[in-house]
Amino acid sequence: MLQGWIQILLTLLLVVAITPFLGQYIAHIFLGKRTFLDPLMTPLERWLLSCSGVRSPENMTGWQYASALIFSNAVMIIFIFLIFMLQRSLPFNPTQLGAPSWDLALHTAISFVTNTNQQHYSGEVTFSYFSQFAALGFVMFTSAATGIAVAIAFIRGLTGRPLGNFYVDLTQSIMRILLPMSVVGAIIFIAAGIPETLAPPIIVPTLEDPSLSQAIARGPVAHFEIIKELGENGGGFFGINAAHPFENPNGLTNLIQLLLILCIPTSLIYTYGIFANNLKQAWLVYVIPFVVLTGFIAITAIGEYNGNPAVNDLLGVDQAPNLEGKEVRFGWAQSALYAVFTTASMCGAVNSMHDSLMPAGGFATLSNMFLQIVFGGQGTGTAYLFAYLILAVFITGLMVGRTPEFLGRKIEKREVVLASCLILLVHPIAILIPVALTLAIPGIAGMSNPGFHGLSQVVYEYASAAANNGSGFEGLGDATLWWNLSTSFSLLAGRYVPIVALLLLADSMSRKQPVPVTIGTLRTDTGLFIGVTAGVILILGALEFFPVLALGPIAEAFQIMRGIG
Amino acid sequence: MPSMNESPRPYRVPSGMRDSRLHTPKVNRQGLYQRATKAAFIKLDPRIQVRNPVMFVVWVGTVVTLLLTIDPNLFGTLAANINQQRFLNGLITLILLFTIVFANFAEAVAEGRGKAQADALRATRTDTTARKILPTGTVQETNSTELRRGDLVKIMAGDLIPADGEVVAGIGSVDESAITGESAPVLKQPGTDIASSVTGGTRLLSDELTVRITADPGQGFIDRMIALVEGAERTKTPNEIALTVLLAVLTLVFLIVIANIPPITSYIAGFLRTTVSEQAATDLRNGSSIAIMISLLVALIPTTIGGLLSAIGIAGMDRVAQFNVIATSGRAVEACGDINTLVLDKTGTITLGNRLAAEFIPVNGHSLEEMAQMSLNASVFDETPEGRSIVALAERSGVAVSFAPQRAEGIEFSARTRMSGTNVENQEIRKGAVDAIRGFVRSRGGHVPDTLDAAYERVSRLGGTPLAVCQNNDIYGVIYLKDTVKPGIKERFDQLRRMGVRTVMLTGDNRITAAVIAQEAGVDDFIAEATPEDKIEVIRAEQAQGKLVAMTGDGTNDAPALAQANVGLAMNSGTQAAKEAANMVDLDSDPTKLIDLVTIGKQLLITRGALTTFSVANDIAKYFAIIPTIFAAAGIGALNIMGLKSANSAIISALIYNALIILVLIPLALQGVQFRPLTADQLLRRNVLIYGLGGVIAPFVAIKLIDVILPFS
Repeated sequence: MLQGWIQILLTLLLVVAITPFLGQYIAHIFLGKRTFLDPLMTPLERWLLSCSGVRSPENMTGWQYASALIFSNAVMIIFIFLIFMLQRSLPFNPTQLGAPSWDLALHTAISFVTNTNQQHYSGEVTFSYFSQFAALGFVMFTSAATGIAVAIAFIRGLTGRPLGNFYVDLTQSIMRILLPMSVVGAIIFIAAGIPETLAPPIIVPTLEDPSLSQAIARGPVAHFEIIKELGENGGGFFGINAAHPFENPNGLTNLIQLLLILCIPTSLIYTYGIFANNLKQAWLVYVIPFVVLTGFIAITAIGEYNGNPAVNDLLGVDQAPNLEGKEVRFGWAQSALYAVFTTASMCGAVNSMHDSLMPAGGFATLSNMFLQIVFGGQGTGTAYLFAYLILAVFITGLMVGRTPEFLGRKIEKREVVLASCLILLVHPIAILIPVALTLAIPGIAGMSNPGFHGLSQVVYEYASAAANNGSGFEGLGDATLWWNLSTSFSLLAGRYVPIVALLLLADSMSRKQPVPVTIGTLRTDTGLFIGVTAGVILILGALEFFPVLALGPIAEAFQIMRGIG
Repeated sequence: MPSMNESPRPYRVPSGMRDSRLHTPKVNRQGLYQRATKAAFIKLDPRIQVRNPVMFVVWVGTVVTLLLTIDPNLFGTLAANINQQRFLNGLITLILLFTIVFANFAEAVAEGRGKAQADALRATRTDTTARKILPTGTVQETNSTELRRGDLVKIMAGDLIPADGEVVAGIGSVDESAITGESAPVLKQPGTDIASSVTGGTRLLSDELTVRITADPGQGFIDRMIALVEGAERTKTPNEIALTVLLAVLTLVFLIVIANIPPITSYIAGFLRTTVSEQAATDLRNGSSIAIMISLLVALIPTTIGGLLSAIGIAGMDRVAQFNVIATSGRAVEACGDINTLVLDKTGTITLGNRLAAEFIPVNGHSLEEMAQMSLNASVFDETPEGRSIVALAERSGVAVSFAPQRAEGIEFSARTRMSGTNVENQEIRKGAVDAIRGFVRSRGGHVPDTLDAAYERVSRLGGTPLAVCQNNDIYGVIYLKDTVKPGIKERFDQLRRMGVRTVMLTGDNRITAAVIAQEAGVDDFIAEATPEDKIEVIRAEQAQGKLVAMTGDGTNDAPALAQANVGLAMNSGTQAAKEAANMVDLDSDPTKLIDLVTIGKQLLITRGALTTFSVANDIAKYFAIIPTIFAAAGIGALNIMGLKSANSAIISALIYNALIILVLIPLALQGVQFRPLTADQLLRRNVLIYGLGGVIAPFVAIKLIDVILPFS
């Protein structure tokens, strides 16, 4: 038991330790300061940008930034959709896989371009190697870079700078953050035993009966795996994701993956601190998601450690960890940690089946996705966090007797509309409405469990889509037309509405005349104000999902306690 | 600009501190609450309710529950006893109705107060007959409502002045007590910038005036004030609009959240039927009936602030009106809370308006007596308080006027010469700014002694205003005019500083004098030897840094600065141009009021923020009261940490609390949260503790209490 808690504690410490270094590096890139990759990347980027027609990049307005982002994303969706549909005629298809159904291809394309990577398929039997690396692998970089670009534009706007140029930010995010880290990481992964090959599945005789043979899937996994974690993508090469020994063979790869999952969202808060020239505020803001994360890890880990009382009764023991759906090489601690990390950061990779988590884990993982700020998605999580700060300023800031202002910029109708709609409104629309429809229309849901757990399965699927997380509770027959299309709606609504709103919000903040800070100004870098923000997040962000949590994991927990399940 | 010159000008400044003078027009509050109660029901009209998104949702909910009271099975059959359902739905309808009525009542009381105030003002506004001077020169009797801008009217002693205007001829004393509450009559005469403007509804006590009308009917200041306090012209302020948007979004969020509960419970009920019991399934379905979902919705949406928001705004305007200040918009009042810098004239705001002669300092070999004599001669025709104080000081030192007044001629002060005085036969006696007199003497071939500078510096260093006196080319000496800083002003500036508001003093005095007064009064900065143009420069410079600036002014040359400032407070005694450029007019002509306005603006914003925070914080308790009890059949009864008796009791208790809290908070909304001059951090800590934490705890206690009292099982 102690060993498990030490693993958790050390991982958390490493997460914090990485933050200032990566955060500063990211800030230096986007502030145009010198970084060690300049000699290599500066000419390369210039060449890439001029090849794509961006010769003299100009600062964009909020709308320009948003439309550049949406158009380029739309092109990518069409591009990879076509690759899927034509994969039979394309190279690197050793297993002769044909085109998937159009709705699955569409859902997969949208899911990967929105940085969600919700998968209604198993990679090894659905997509050719070419589809995996040229289509999926490609958008794993661009979707992550899109998120980082949004965060940077948002931070620039909040701190009174012009938003920048989307194409430049996208290119720099890939060339200076994602690509270099991926190259190094992939080599480490290969060294740790993850395959990277274009060879077809290997056919071997089974150990039990050498007259029978089995096919072991393999492929170009290592490079896919690294960007999957680093870019908060989460889409596995294989159906069972990071639980597969070829994706995540041992404790070392598991630790690296955990750190990769959280390193960019955590660091971006520090990056904000450098942009705002207020590291104190950055660390204070950091405390909110960190405390929530730690709390969720604690309840999940305790739940998994104590196991299922019904099962334990059958086994005749007082306590045994819940190991259903878990890899024994990771155990309860690293599985719980992975589950919380991956839902906190909107990565969505899994090393255990979330369907088999105890209700406490279901509660924590669902809540992570409802909140979206427990470090949150690549880039967007940071922006959400600061949008909450703006809302908290607006609600409580009046109490100091001034029109609320954040970083010296007044928060008026436009900002309130953008912040409240994107934080408070999009999520219930993209999650609760499809949940209600799915439950109301008979026969389309396909849950493997009835009742409270079944509700959690459905809610989880839409929450995962809307929050652009992509992990699955699983146990859901989700490769149907209804699921593919309805989750596509949640994916798109959960991704692009907030991004447009965030960019417009940043734009409108950047255009405001800053008001000098006086003793009469509400300071947003105090512990008190951060506490107030946490309260606002709890009341506005979390309580709206209290009814579904009450009827889902909470009711299930009571059910298990009473011993019915 | 009167305060910008060293020489005295007519400047009416009431003495004493603000509180002693704070007056309210005679307001008839009788029957206010009866009228408000009646209005609360009239406002149930959906056309009025639809303006407030939060309360409109409650209104629609009430209609639906009313229909469900008439026919509980309207939207599908419920398994429960129909009479019990009807009773419960009826009760919910009644409480929802009262929630709206209480909110309406708050608004009606605020409006009623404004109306009473407006009525009191309107009493001064009775139509009178005016004597209009036609272009031909003949006088025609006209109803005052038919007067137009530009008309000339003749006013005789005892007449009410028919409309706002400017005196073009005649001299007379006017009783302005109807609008200012000051009983002392004010002298009005043409051309004097300040004393030439008259307000409609005031009464001429003596003599005769010819007035040019400056406002069309219904556009005068009193009319504007009436329109504003009555709420007829009240448009929402920017901050109010932003808050309304947030409340509407919250309402929409809860609408979505709650609309999606029935399909979910229906699914869970199907599961309970097979695994637990038929009864559990029925209970869960009943727990998410339409009436209960409406109740949950109303409990969760921010009805407290939604219901009180407009009352808070109207009450804020009322408070400004009670200070006898006319604001042309709610926006201006709100801006007062945001002010970073106050630009204040020294005279009348920081110091008492009247500088009094304290000492004669002879120079150039003249004796004290000669100096006193010459000062007296220079001031006999000077009717300003300063002039009269020189006469009094001279007479006390035993000199008398040395010539027959008929033989002499008074020379009026002009801003160009910065001198005034007397011409007696060929003798030109002058007093004025030291450098002005120096120039005058030199121009007549006189010699300026060094002792003049010494005297000048001495007076300056004492914080006084030096006035030099000469006869022809002979300088006699310097009069020390003493400036007195208003008692209590330093403390007020300290308060402002604690709130983060900077004060800048503008004065026509020289640097040395200005520095002394600035230090004595405790202002943060001062501009000496300021010209009217400096005022607008200071404002622009502050605004360029993003600061919001407030200032007062009364002269025509203040008008551009008043218009430039974010809050411009014009004195009612000031010129028409100043009043039109400003966004507030003080009927008492007391520039110190600017400081009170900052407080009122802040108080308005704090009240709004406090009630919003309270309202939002209430949701935690409401969730914990209602959700566990209505979903108890799903086995989450253990979450009922408040131990409420039943789902029905929880729902009714939460709704009763929800309605009553509006009623309880009406006084707070109308009077405003008590304001303390604290720093932002201190204010936040204090208010988060009271309204945030209080908002979390209060409903837990209150709902539990109501649940215990209610005879539900």
